This record gives sequence, structure tokens and C-alpha cells, in this order.
Amino acid sequence: MSDVADRVKKIVVEHLGVEEDKVVDNASFIDDLGADSLDTVELVMAFEEEFGIEIPDDAAETIQTFGDAVKFINEAAA
Amino acid sequence: MRRVVVTGLGMVTPLACGVEHTWSRLLEGQSGAGTITRFDAGHLATTYACEIPFGDGSDGTFNPDDWMEPKERRKVDDFILYGISAAEQAVTDAGWTPEDEESRVRTGVMIGSGIGGLNTIAETALLVKERGPRRVSPFFIPGALINLISGQVSIKYGFKGPNHAVVTACSTGAHAIGDASRLIMMDDADVMIAGGAESPISELGIAGFNACRALSTKRGNEPEMASRPWDEDRDGFVMGEGAGVVVLEEYEHAMARGAKIYAEVLGYGMSGDAYHITAPPPDHEGAERAMRAALRHAKLKPSDIDYLNAHGTSTMADTIELGAVERMMGDDADRATMSSTKSSIGHLLGAAGAVESIFSVLAIRDQVAPPTINLDTPSVQSPIHLAPNAKHEREIKVALSNSFGFGGTNASLVFGKVD
Repeated sequence: MSDVADRVKKIVVEHLGVEEDKVVDNASFIDDLGADSLDTVELVMAFEEEFGIEIPDDAAETIQTFGDAVKFINEAAA
Repeated sequence: MRRVVVTGLGMVTPLACGVEHTWSRLLEGQSGAGTITRFDAGHLATTYACEIPFGDGSDGTFNPDDWMEPKERRKVDDFILYGISAAEQAVTDAGWTPEDEESRVRTGVMIGSGIGGLNTIAETALLVKERGPRRVSPFFIPGALINLISGQVSIKYGFKGPNHAVVTACSTGAHAIGDASRLIMMDDADVMIAGGAESPISELGIAGFNACRALSTKRGNEPEMASRPWDEDRDGFVMGEGAGVVVLEEYEHAMARGAKIYAEVLGYGMSGDAYHITAPPPDHEGAERAMRAALRHAKLKPSDIDYLNAHGTSTMADTIELGAVERMMGDDADRATMSSTKSSIGHLLGAAGAVESIFSVLAIRDQVAPPTINLDTPSVQSPIHLAPNAKHEREIKVALSNSFGFGGTNASLVFGKVD
């Protein structure tokens, strides 16, 4: 697993209080990991902070799963 | 009018987490004061306060993990954490966790705060200044709003009745219990979870009350001696923190389910001073009117009062309150006992009236008035027994608790023994 994925997973585990093995590529933050809409806002902020990037609101709306987040960050940081 | 009784108690105070731990330490005359550990207060005029004893949850210490999951806790200010803890204790004590919809609809929550999420607001303001508005947490507002204890408690238990929060500075806890009682009397609910919570021990909180010249400043070397109501060497109040919550219940409702009944809410009186934003008038006739109004609702006379839990903050206003009580009681002043438990726990601001109501209820349960510690040299002589430095065991059928707040807002509650 890439370094980016590890770091994203750590953030998700910390913020949502879920088991690490639940955080898989197609795990939806809201449907599978128990987040509400405010949690997803905070998650995106934590990604921005961790990776020093800016995720605009319209892009944030497309980040629904763990895999979406890793993909977006890999592309943004590339 | 429907009768209202107290069937559950919960508290987090500078003496302990939990009602019985706090009460036994209060009766022993312990002080919750010490040098501030929450942040470096060395540069402030006041360097001490009454902080909650954090720990692993044993021996009356407060373990936040016992009350909220870490991931939820970081979304709320401490006043909400304290309020949720006290509410859970009270609900558990009352044994009231209804599963049916009708009972939940008939159960409401009214837990207030004097200031709310002051430290969260201060820290977020600094964050915006240093790093810009995009760094503000989505949980900032719901983690700082005063009515979010009531909201959180209703969500946790499914209580769908009236959901409200009082904000009347240092009268908050008393007003919440009084107002919630009225909702039950008026048939808006059968059960109300009511009280107050506060977390003012922060740089901004201490600096703000220092600026009002309200806090004790001269006992940095002996903080446990600083809160000394009615003593001639008092020099201001000592900041406290915590929460007090009670379960109030319609009398027949409580009887029908065989609930443990601590006491009855017999009377509730309110008044305004219309005088000054922080000081009472020299005669504090507003305090007397609030007490008399509470007695009128209770259909009692001043001579019926056995115990008074004073507002008594360890400021110049202590003797003004004492004067108002003496005036009201007249020739019967010598039969009453009055103490200020702020001598032990400091001033919990919006939580004070709720915690002190619980102490009044326990005074009725155990037939003992808690002491006023550090009362070595009274600044005035009074016929009223002020329980100096020792608890006063005596018959207590009726207890009155006073709370007065900035803005000139007064509340008095009268509790009575239920035979």
C-alpha cells in the first residue's frame, strides 16, 4: 500500500473511530464507516492539512469512499 | 397544579465526579481549589481555581472516556462533556430510560450554561486569525452552542419532549430547574432532565472575570483558603467548573413507577434588580422578593425554612444577601442554618444553581447542612447559623437555594421533604 493510502487510512481511523480493516477502497465514509455530512467536511479538512493541498468544495463532493480520497490526493499531489 | 419531585441526581464538581463522592467530601469540609493546571496561568492576576479532578475514573476522579467516545469528545467544548456526564448520572440514578414513544415524547431536557463554549470560541478565533477561515471545524458551532447539551442528551436517550436551555449567568442552573418544574406543572412534560454546566477555566475566562474585579487574587500560596464567604478576609470568588443535573418528575408518575423520591420542588421565585450589570443594590431587595415569591408558591412562611444554600460567592455581596435573608426571616432568623458551599467548590457559574440545588436536596435527605469552610472571622455578626467550618446536623424539612446572576437576575428554589 502506498504511503498516501496509509496516511489517509490513519486519518479516517482517527476521525471516525473505525477499525482499520474496515477502511477498504470501496468503503463509503457515510454508508459504511458511520460518518455524517459534518464528519466528511472535517475529513476533507484533515486531508488538506496532512497533504498540504486545497480540495475545493465541488471536488470534495466527489470524494465518497476511501479509494476516492486516495485517488484524488495522489493526483493532486502529483 | 401538578406536583413535581426530584427522582435523579448527577454532578461533576471540583471535589469529585459523582454525587456521593462530592457530597461526602463536602461534608468533610474539603476544598476543591488549587493552582490552575489546565493552562499556564502564571501571567494572570488570579493563578488558582477549583478544577475538576481528572483521572482514570476511580475514587471520584473524572475520566472523560467514561462519558463520551474520544472521537465525539473532540467535537464539543468541555461544558458539554460535563453536562452529558451529569445528565447520564441523573438519568441512571432515576432509572428513567423509556423505550416507548409516548414516554419519550413526555420527557424533555433543559440544561443551560452561563457562557457556553468560551474556550472553543477563543481557540477558533485564534485559528482563523493565524490560518484563515477554511481551517474552522464543522463542529465548531455545534460544539460551542449553549443548548447543545440539551440537544445531545435528547439524541442520546430519544427524549422528544420540550428541548430548551437557560442562559442567565450565575442563576442558570436554578432557573433551569425552576422553569423545567413549571413545564411539568403545566403538563408540557411528565419528566424533565434539568440543570446547568460550565467550563470557564481558560485564559480568557479568568482574564475576563479578573477585569470585572470579581475573582480572588491574593491567595496564590494557599488557594484552598481563598473561597471564604462572609469572612472578613475574603477578596473575591474562586472560579469553578462542572455540571449539575436533576431528573424532575410529576409526582403521580414517579409514584406509579416506584421511583426513589429525594424531595419535592415546592416553590420557585424570580426577580430582577434593575440596578447594575454586575452588582446587587445595597439592600438587595430583589433577592428578598425572589425568596418570598418562592415561599408564596410553596405556601410556606420564612420561619418554615430550615436550611438555606446561599449564593454566597466570597465577595462583598455575601453580607448583602445575608442582610436580605435576615430581613425576611425577622425574629425567626436564629432558627435557620445557612451555608455557602462555594467555600468548598468555588463558583460554578451556570452550573452553580443546579449543583447547589442538589446539595439542598441532599441536606433534606441526610438531615445535615454542609459547612461554610474558611469562615474564621465573620465580617458581620448574624443570628443565622452559618455552619462555620463544620457541618451542622439538624432537622431539615424545607431547604431554599439562592442564585443571583450578572444583569441583576435572581432565582430562589424551595425544596421539601416528601413523607
